[in-house]
Amino acid sequence: MHSKSDNSRAQGPDLCPSKKGTLDLASLRAEIDKASGPEYWRSLEELAGDPAFQEALHREFPKGASEWVDSVSRRGFLKVMGASMALAGMTGCVKLPNEPIVPYVRQPEEVIPGRPMFYATAVTLGGYASPILVESHLGRPTNIQGNLQHPASMGGADIFTQASLLTMYDPDRSQSVTELGDQRSWQSFVSAIRGPLAAQKALKGAGIRILTTTVTSPTLADQLRNLLKIYPEAKWHVYEPVNRDNVLEGAKLAFGQPVETRYDFSKADVIVSLDADFLYAGFPGNTRYIRDFAKRRDPDGKMNRLYVIESGMSSTGAKADYRLGVRADQIENLALVLAGAVHRFSGNPTVPNADEERFLSALSNELPSSLVIAGDNLRPAVHATVHRINEAIGNVGKTVFYTDPVDANPVSQTESIKELVSDIHAGKVDLLIILGGNPAYDAPADLDFANVLKNGKVPMRVHLGLYQNETAELCQWHVNQTHELESWGDARAYDGAVSIIQPLIAPLYNGKSALELLALLTEQADASGHDLVRVYWQTQHTGGDFEAFWRKSLHDGWVEGTSYAPRSFPVKSSNFPPSSVIGDSNSIELNFRRDPTIYDGQFSNNGWLQELPKPMNKLTWDNAILIGPKMAERLEIEPKHVVELELNGKKVKGPVWIQAGHPDNSVTVTLGYGRTRAGRVGTGWGFNAYALRTTSAPWIASGVKINKTGEYYELASVQGMQSMETPNGDTRPLVRAGTLEEYRQNPNFAPEMDENPAPGLTLYKPYDYKDEAYAWGMAIDLNKCVGCNACMIACQSENNIAVVGQEQTRLGRHMHWIRVDAYYQGDRENPKAFFQPVPCMQCENAPCEVVCPVAATNHSSEGLNDMIYNRCVGTRYCSNNCPYKVRRFNFFLFQDWTTEQYKMMRNPDVSVRSRGVMEKCTYCIQRINEHKIDAEVASVREGKTIKIKDGELQTACQQACPADAITFGDINDPNSAVAKLKRKSLNYSLLCELNTRPRTTYLAEVRNPNPELEI
Amino acid sequence: MDETRKMTIDAEHAPVIEPGHTFATVTDKISSIVLTRPTSNGWFAGFGIAFLATMMMLYAIGYLFLRGIGIWGVTIPIGWGFAIVNFVWWIGIGHAGTLISAILLLLRQSWRNSINRFAEAMTLFAVACAGIFPAIHVGRPWLAYWLFPYPNTMRVWPQFRSPLMWDVFAVSTYATISAIFWFIGLIPDLATLRDRAIHPAARIIYGILAMGWRGSARHWHRYETAYLLLAGLATPLVLSVHTVVSFDFAIGIVPGWHTTIFPPYFVAGAIYSGFAMVLMLAIPIRKIYGLEDFITERHLQNSAKVMLATGLIVAYGYGIEAFMGWYSGDRYDAFTIWNRLHGPYAIPYYALLLCNIGIPQLLWIRKFRTSPVALFFVSFVVLIGMWLERFIIVVVSLHRDFLTSSWGMYYPTRWDWMTYLGTIGMFLMLMFLFLRILPAISIFEMRTLLPEAEVKE
Repeated sequence: MHSKSDNSRAQGPDLCPSKKGTLDLASLRAEIDKASGPEYWRSLEELAGDPAFQEALHREFPKGASEWVDSVSRRGFLKVMGASMALAGMTGCVKLPNEPIVPYVRQPEEVIPGRPMFYATAVTLGGYASPILVESHLGRPTNIQGNLQHPASMGGADIFTQASLLTMYDPDRSQSVTELGDQRSWQSFVSAIRGPLAAQKALKGAGIRILTTTVTSPTLADQLRNLLKIYPEAKWHVYEPVNRDNVLEGAKLAFGQPVETRYDFSKADVIVSLDADFLYAGFPGNTRYIRDFAKRRDPDGKMNRLYVIESGMSSTGAKADYRLGVRADQIENLALVLAGAVHRFSGNPTVPNADEERFLSALSNELPSSLVIAGDNLRPAVHATVHRINEAIGNVGKTVFYTDPVDANPVSQTESIKELVSDIHAGKVDLLIILGGNPAYDAPADLDFANVLKNGKVPMRVHLGLYQNETAELCQWHVNQTHELESWGDARAYDGAVSIIQPLIAPLYNGKSALELLALLTEQADASGHDLVRVYWQTQHTGGDFEAFWRKSLHDGWVEGTSYAPRSFPVKSSNFPPSSVIGDSNSIELNFRRDPTIYDGQFSNNGWLQELPKPMNKLTWDNAILIGPKMAERLEIEPKHVVELELNGKKVKGPVWIQAGHPDNSVTVTLGYGRTRAGRVGTGWGFNAYALRTTSAPWIASGVKINKTGEYYELASVQGMQSMETPNGDTRPLVRAGTLEEYRQNPNFAPEMDENPAPGLTLYKPYDYKDEAYAWGMAIDLNKCVGCNACMIACQSENNIAVVGQEQTRLGRHMHWIRVDAYYQGDRENPKAFFQPVPCMQCENAPCEVVCPVAATNHSSEGLNDMIYNRCVGTRYCSNNCPYKVRRFNFFLFQDWTTEQYKMMRNPDVSVRSRGVMEKCTYCIQRINEHKIDAEVASVREGKTIKIKDGELQTACQQACPADAITFGDINDPNSAVAKLKRKSLNYSLLCELNTRPRTTYLAEVRNPNPELEI
Repeated sequence: MDETRKMTIDAEHAPVIEPGHTFATVTDKISSIVLTRPTSNGWFAGFGIAFLATMMMLYAIGYLFLRGIGIWGVTIPIGWGFAIVNFVWWIGIGHAGTLISAILLLLRQSWRNSINRFAEAMTLFAVACAGIFPAIHVGRPWLAYWLFPYPNTMRVWPQFRSPLMWDVFAVSTYATISAIFWFIGLIPDLATLRDRAIHPAARIIYGILAMGWRGSARHWHRYETAYLLLAGLATPLVLSVHTVVSFDFAIGIVPGWHTTIFPPYFVAGAIYSGFAMVLMLAIPIRKIYGLEDFITERHLQNSAKVMLATGLIVAYGYGIEAFMGWYSGDRYDAFTIWNRLHGPYAIPYYALLLCNIGIPQLLWIRKFRTSPVALFFVSFVVLIGMWLERFIIVVVSLHRDFLTSSWGMYYPTRWDWMTYLGTIGMFLMLMFLFLRILPAISIFEMRTLLPEAEVKE
């Protein structure tokens, strides 16, 4: 503890005086014991003035006294060890970045205490920028939303983007420069690298290797090119485990050059996805794609039709009107057949089976005005074939667009890292600088990158990263990286549009960005990130007032005119090489996928994402070996059995999950787990699938063996049962769905699926909400919901929802106020799947209210079921009586009340709940009240009643939803969007027969299957 | 002697007191247990074990207060677990005491005189055990007093529509009346002990507790009036307390809870388990302390018959529940019944049927009704069965309710078990103390059963 506080003192001038660290009783006593006589008193006095002593007094109990009881749980450990001590008192003095940052339009440009400011910026994933608006309370970023005006977001924000806020505040982030694990100053690093650089200068940099992740930043790319000019023999390598090599190589096959493909789902009547999970976070452009796709899911408009052929069960597959689950190697084959079907190209496909035949013929009849898209995991030849198909149908220019690559260095990343490793083996590398990423953990297993670093012949290895991760451990020097929310930079979105990344807060731990580290090498030593970005854009800017251009770019969140215009690239006529391997259908195929919640492992230490249920199986905290029901039956494997996967002599062990809809003879594993140095949240969960992943088979491997171990592992799935059919054979009308045909024949099919009691059937006199100023209501369009989970993270961030850990999640004590239930229906081999987001229903006849003995949950005049935390004694009766089970209980002190970083992160408008209290969705009451106050102020100012405008007030879930599936507003206003939706014939209440009269209602799902295939 | 026989042996019944006793022998026999009989090693051993179990409970509760309710197996959707199961179980057990002392008194069932004292004590202790659970099962136990309608600066009342609120009234009233009733019934005996005690401290303590009882006719007159009035007050409580407890469930909308059969079926179940507990205590006590003369075969038989009758009412309740699950046509109720029979908790349900309906049918046979060993066994089984019944109602109803997505499982933790077994320990510890320091059988009421007590014209 002491060394920590000393360290914090050592951290330099930037820290404010109260940030001296904290004292515990023992150290106080030690301090006093050292002195005697007059000195004794003097030291006491000095101590009394010490803020740390003040804090110790304030705490009343010695440090740790309030924590020791938590020692059993992992989370408790997390709290006790809070690296926060170095940051004690930070909440009091947040430091704004030095350079001017430009707020977004929503608010006047001055700080009004208590009112948040919004700033447009971006965060990146896999290089691609997600344009965002960040809510900032007095200099503390507290919430991330999509940038409404940016074409790549249009207000939506995916889970990774939103959760990056937590990563920024993560107390486990690397907090200083280290050399062999010991703390060093930035200056000592600068002097340490000076020698090797000077030596390299003479060699033209022949020994310098830079390894980056995917770079789309124009400034960084420019800097790297400058570097290569200064050191012409140096090399820039790129590697990211979830890369788009296949897409790139496919484009090279088809067009002879790297080409970026962009899609317009709003124009496509028929969409064919070959293993492309474009409706889920991580797919470049997914927020925009979801919006465009969802827009076309209106059964009253021209509804699109989605065909999905996929090798796993994805949320895109769940939304399909027709889905075919086949092994990945067969998808390639089917792509060729499809190409043959559009009469332009015939490969040498093997004849598909009857099912597939039927499917393909139905499909090929529909292809005009369509869109065919292939997944990143499929081999390049498939991508090339798909380019051909799109061209042949005439989709190019209508639904499919080609642009220059967004990636600044579009090379095969697998080849790139391979080359780096062989250079290292050849002893050619003297100085390796790893900018971000974690290759020691996630590089292909056959390269054995960790060993190469450990025993290799690189004299100087430097790692820049947010965490002291597996790679940092193997590099002599580690430089703590700044998060994108605390540094300057720029990046391109999926359409090429550049966003300037502006910092929302001064770096918490004095880190350096990649730009700043590279500046050291490009002889711009002390240039700040701000200057580097600004100077670059000054060189790019032509004409006009640069200051105005700069301000506008920062304000809007993107640089105008930087998105790539579609170009035409003719498909080369030559035949594509036949698919490399068509796997033996008897051998078992192994699919690697990015993890739906922690991506490639970079979010391992992010509690929000770890605890976010994976969309199709609702697992949290662990990855699983996903197999289909048929295979499980054949191999006699039950869920949660631990099996060993063996591929080319390499083995990993993990628990099995039986995934409905997963094809037979195929196994899917997700990457990113099995971390050994992720931090206190992420270390140790799941198994490391990278151990089986090689350069030759990065996504699809064949011939994996499954060995049973007889062990058992408790996975934490948050959904009790994923079927609406109960074991006694009854199907409950929870998600109500029909086909377009059925809907046209009977528009009321959904409400008619269950008894709907008439209003007023209650013992207590019904309250008349008609006379109230507002009656809040919500409508959730199940047609639009794609199960992307964005609402869950948005809610978690907005409402300060605690993370509880794997063990507690397993017991059912997770705290999400909104959840997305996923149900399967029909044949388990190829089921229909449905999503249903479930927030609090805000029942007008709320069963929870009458049973609370202390009146801690009450109804407001606006129809909200309000929860009074201070009054709650925690009988949990309300939760028992809630038929929707949306209430969450603080079984322990789940909230972290001590870590300074989390204090800064929290939404100041929402109470942080304590132990023993019930909580639940409030319809974002803090936002409602904020808007009500504004409306009242305006009313007084104008001298007439001004109400909140419809659409102005959005709940957090609604705001984040890329699909626009959630609509919230005043149902007393017949013209409000929500009132209109509730009048639709598809509108139904969940469990309406209980007469709870929920304010949250659903629009039933309507599927648009091809009648030819519906037999 | 002939007259004695006539008095005590009604046709076909065993005597409620064995022949040959006089006022003096009755008084001697009962008061000697407290005053002169040396405390046996067995008592110390039994008390010691019960005391340790109580300490274990305190430890478990202490840890609970320190860490939170999460140390138990409760979760979402099973918000109530062992705590509520045990609460209902103990409250149910408590019912026998009041039934025996109040209702049987009013019905002039004089055979009750030899078992009412310790049945009442048992009630009191059972209610004490029960009372622990609602207080500690809340998330913030330090605020549990908010359930009481006390004048406060927050100007907030409890919420009177909540059955938990009704519970507070029902249980606290019940505890109060039981305690007063028990204490008043003790006064004449406390005076006897005061008069007979040799140790000065005992004399002083019993003297204070006897409240100046001298046994004058006026005292007796007032005593009888007060006792009858209290019996009148306590009688409706026998019915109301468990009715209100059953409302905790019946008012809820959870399938398996929301049913109108609950009040009568809960009351019957309570008496069922209460008599089982009375027998489980009476059988060893009469053996160890040689009280076979006072707690006779007749008492055992009568208790067994009450158990048989209430057990059949409970069985009827199960039948109606299952019937209504089918007859109502309600998919959720139907599934709840299916789930009890085939779900993951089917084994406890079948065990419940065996314990509460199957095995107690042995009581139709006279031989079992009169055999202390058999009765002890059946009572034990019934107590387990009634505990399982509450487990089925509380846990199994909650674990699979409306939305399949929210289904879950309940696994009690060691803290659940420690608390539960701890209350049994506390109950036994209090019983041991009671046997040692107070007359376990009402001396003066026993005396009224003797032929000497018959008023001669």
